[in-house]
Amino acid sequence: MQDLGRIGFSEDQAALLDVATDFCLQRSPVSTVRRLIEDELGHDPAVWKEMGELGWLGIAIPEDFGGSGLSLAEVVPVVEQMGRRLMTGPLISATLAAQALAVGGTEAQKLAVLPRLAEGLAATIALAEPDFDWEADTVACQAQDAADGKLALSGQKVLVADAGVAQWIIASVRYQDAPALVLIPAAALPAGALRRETVIDETRRSFALNLDGVSVSKQDLLDPALAGTTLMHLHLAANLLAAADMVGGTQSCIDYTVDYLKTRVQFGKLIGSYQALKHPTVDAYCKYEQARSHLYAAAHCFGEQGTGEIAVRMAKAAADAAYSFAADRAIQFHGGFGFTYDCDAQLYRRRAIWHAANYGDAGFHKAKLARLLF
Amino acid sequence: MQTVDPKDLAAFEADADAWFNENVVRDPGFMLPLTFMEVGTDQQFNFLRDWQNKVYEAGYLGAAWPKEYGGGGLDQAFQNAATRAMRRHHGPIMLNAIGLNWTGPLLLNMGSEEHKKAHLKGILSAEDIWCQGFSEPGNGSDLGNAQTRAVRDGDHYVVNGSKIWTTLGRYAKYMILLARTDPDTPKKYDGLSFFLAPMKIPGVETNPIKKLTGEHGFTQTFFTDARIPATGLMGVEGGGWKVAMRTLEFERGTRGGQAGGYVAVGSNAFEVLDLAKRMTRSGKPVLDDPQVADQMVEFLMEIQALSLNGQRTQVPNLVADHPQGIPLASKLMGTEMSRRLNEFAIRLTGARGAYYVGEEEAVDRGVWARAYLNSFSATIGGGTSQIQANIVGEHVLGLPKS
Ligand SMILES: Cc1cc2nc3c(=O)[nH]c(=O)nc-3n(C[C@H](O)[C@H](O)[C@H](O)COP(=O)(O)OP(=O)(O)OC[C@H]3O[C@@H](n4cnc5c(N)ncnc54)[C@H](O)[C@@H]3O)c2cc1C
Ligand SMILES: Cc1cc2nc3c(=O)[nH]c(=O)nc-3n(C[C@H](O)[C@H](O)[C@H](O)COP(=O)(O)OP(=O)(O)OC[C@H]3O[C@@H](n4cnc5c(N)ncnc54)[C@H](O)[C@@H]3O)c2cc1C
Repeated sequence: MQDLGRIGFSEDQAALLDVATDFCLQRSPVSTVRRLIEDELGHDPAVWKEMGELGWLGIAIPEDFGGSGLSLAEVVPVVEQMGRRLMTGPLISATLAAQALAVGGTEAQKLAVLPRLAEGLAATIALAEPDFDWEADTVACQAQDAADGKLALSGQKVLVADAGVAQWIIASVRYQDAPALVLIPAAALPAGALRRETVIDETRRSFALNLDGVSVSKQDLLDPALAGTTLMHLHLAANLLAAADMVGGTQSCIDYTVDYLKTRVQFGKLIGSYQALKHPTVDAYCKYEQARSHLYAAAHCFGEQGTGEIAVRMAKAAADAAYSFAADRAIQFHGGFGFTYDCDAQLYRRRAIWHAANYGDAGFHKAKLARLLF
Repeated sequence: MQTVDPKDLAAFEADADAWFNENVVRDPGFMLPLTFMEVGTDQQFNFLRDWQNKVYEAGYLGAAWPKEYGGGGLDQAFQNAATRAMRRHHGPIMLNAIGLNWTGPLLLNMGSEEHKKAHLKGILSAEDIWCQGFSEPGNGSDLGNAQTRAVRDGDHYVVNGSKIWTTLGRYAKYMILLARTDPDTPKKYDGLSFFLAPMKIPGVETNPIKKLTGEHGFTQTFFTDARIPATGLMGVEGGGWKVAMRTLEFERGTRGGQAGGYVAVGSNAFEVLDLAKRMTRSGKPVLDDPQVADQMVEFLMEIQALSLNGQRTQVPNLVADHPQGIPLASKLMGTEMSRRLNEFAIRLTGARGAYYVGEEEAVDRGVWARAYLNSFSATIGGGTSQIQANIVGEHVLGLPKS
């Protein structure tokens, strides 16, 4: 039988979980989340600065480059608690960009960029394209050697989270007929290269990126020999962090619903006493516990060949199922109020859909798992 | 707390491995029960009783119970290692489940010195088989409504009434019995008492009940002026409900202290995966069907999650919001999963799903159909899934009572 992963939990994870639980609760009450929906930036720069001071932006950055030298396993509890409070800001994006460089960047790129990311500059990755394929290595955008000795980029990227505040965007391209990654400084983008997309999760800031006419220095190409590995690493890392955000959101969504079921009276009884509501809520809770177990196994086993991929895909698939079900029932169990914009249930439901749409939904990952497991 | 030397533990587990490897009988020549709830023939009973005794004598059962009552006096980690080993080698299930897993820990937890001395060793050696007399024809889920009467008469209680769905009732020497000693209390729970009652006495009769699988396994028990010794009273007269609730905690596994071993062959999703590879439909492996593959992956994920849940309960930081959540929900999750998995397995066998045990054309001698029908024992016995969902909703999530 294959090793499907197991739970391990580090002291650092414990400490970060503790701090993040409290911090996210304090800094991201739902009134703030709703206010930031209307905000162009979409997050509070003062809070982002605090996160930097807490060291969260450098958790998984090697110590040589100004980070704490921990791993994604330690980022998981932080993202989980952010998801629980629907907290916004480019932490996931910046962490993924740092991962791209740490795994597949050149020494010069690491030296130039990683310390800046650890200090709190934002960055993001651009992998998806208008074919909306989730495969990590289907890439149509191009990088070509140009006459001026630079690299001329072309093509379209979509669903680039947090591109509006990113100092660097790491994009997948085809170079010399193979998948590659380039580091694009924000300054290299001509006016109008970014178009803000209207997305279902209104707390997110997402952009379409037009690479036509963008050119970067050849030094900005990530190590071509590592491109395949890096793309796969990013795919799994993105799904791991998504699962973390989703598990946190599921927990909160259940809590929010349970609170209502304990206070709303119909037919002279608290509606939580009706088994038609109680039992599905228990189902949602059971799915949540399973998803959280998968999450922490995926965090622990992330770096293990084979096992890591299985555990991450299971975690994302389980989180998708759990979050979707819990948020869907949350709307229903709030009755007419559940149908309103004021009811927080829709915030969770929208975020669950956002995550399912990015980097693969449950069906996609289960199809991959079938190939890995059978 | 005792600290365990990992080296001692590893050596113990290696010994256990070797022992089970050598001693597990691969094929006794007849069908063995999948769970302790379906021991239907004397052949099965005798085989399993001998097996349990052998495991006990070898030191792999009750390893963590105190020495003075027949246990091994070791840390729980040793018993867990032994249980892992017997599972790995697909040893037969432990027969005396009610004794090992609920009566025994209950006695250790709340019993008098006399009770412990009198009963614990016999539980481990399988000399004394135990059954549980909680459910009645009218009251299963509503256990507090039990009506069987016990009236004090000198140093005995005289019992009248009937218990039903009694697992191992035909073989048991003792019953843990919930009976009403006072019919007039304002609260129904206050009139109940809890007894360690002998079964092989005049006035106690058991009738076998045929189960949906076609096998015998449980009984109805009739009490007609049966005189049970008052020394068998657990706790105080009228305090039986508290003891019964504690018993259910052991039964549902939310409180440790069980003697070990395992009492049901877990549904193995990898065996079902193997089945999905062997079965064909329209000339192709049924696993080629993307819907079957998707469902199969879901089962593997679910099995994996249940195992990870167990590991996660060992990490207090990761269960801080609902410390009792996973233990309380586990019965619900595990038994329902097993029921769905077995049902899925029957579907995989396609047209031959119509066959049952005894038909030579039945896939794997009909084991999937039998396992499915049997899986309801766990979704109904020990409290139904619906009752368990109420418990989780009310105790874990804090929802109002139904
Ligand atoms: C789009 C829309 C249009 C509407 N238009 C109108 C309109 O034109 N005119 C009008 O008068 N009303 C209208 N309504 C109101 C609608 O009829 C009520 O929302 C609905 O009857 C539910 O009542 P409630 O919102 O008070 O929810 P509640 O009654 O509070 O229900 C909350 C939750 O508890 C559940 N629940 C409640 N009681 C029980 C029970 N006994 N057993 C099991 N579950 C229970 C419900 O199913 C729900 O999931 C509209 C609602 C919507 C969403
Ligand atoms: C294989 C097996 C072995 C058993 N062994 C023993 C044993 O050794 N000793 C013993 O004492 N008992 C034993 N039982 C009995 C078992 O504990 C009861 O069958 C069980 O508690 C259900 O009670 P009931 O059969 O009276 O069903 P009922 O209580 O009549 O339930 C019928 C249906 O109604 C549902 N229901 C009832 N109340 C509620 C509620 N409040 N909310 C929602 N749904 C509800 C139930 O879920 C079920 O679906 C065994 C049962 C089985 C199947």
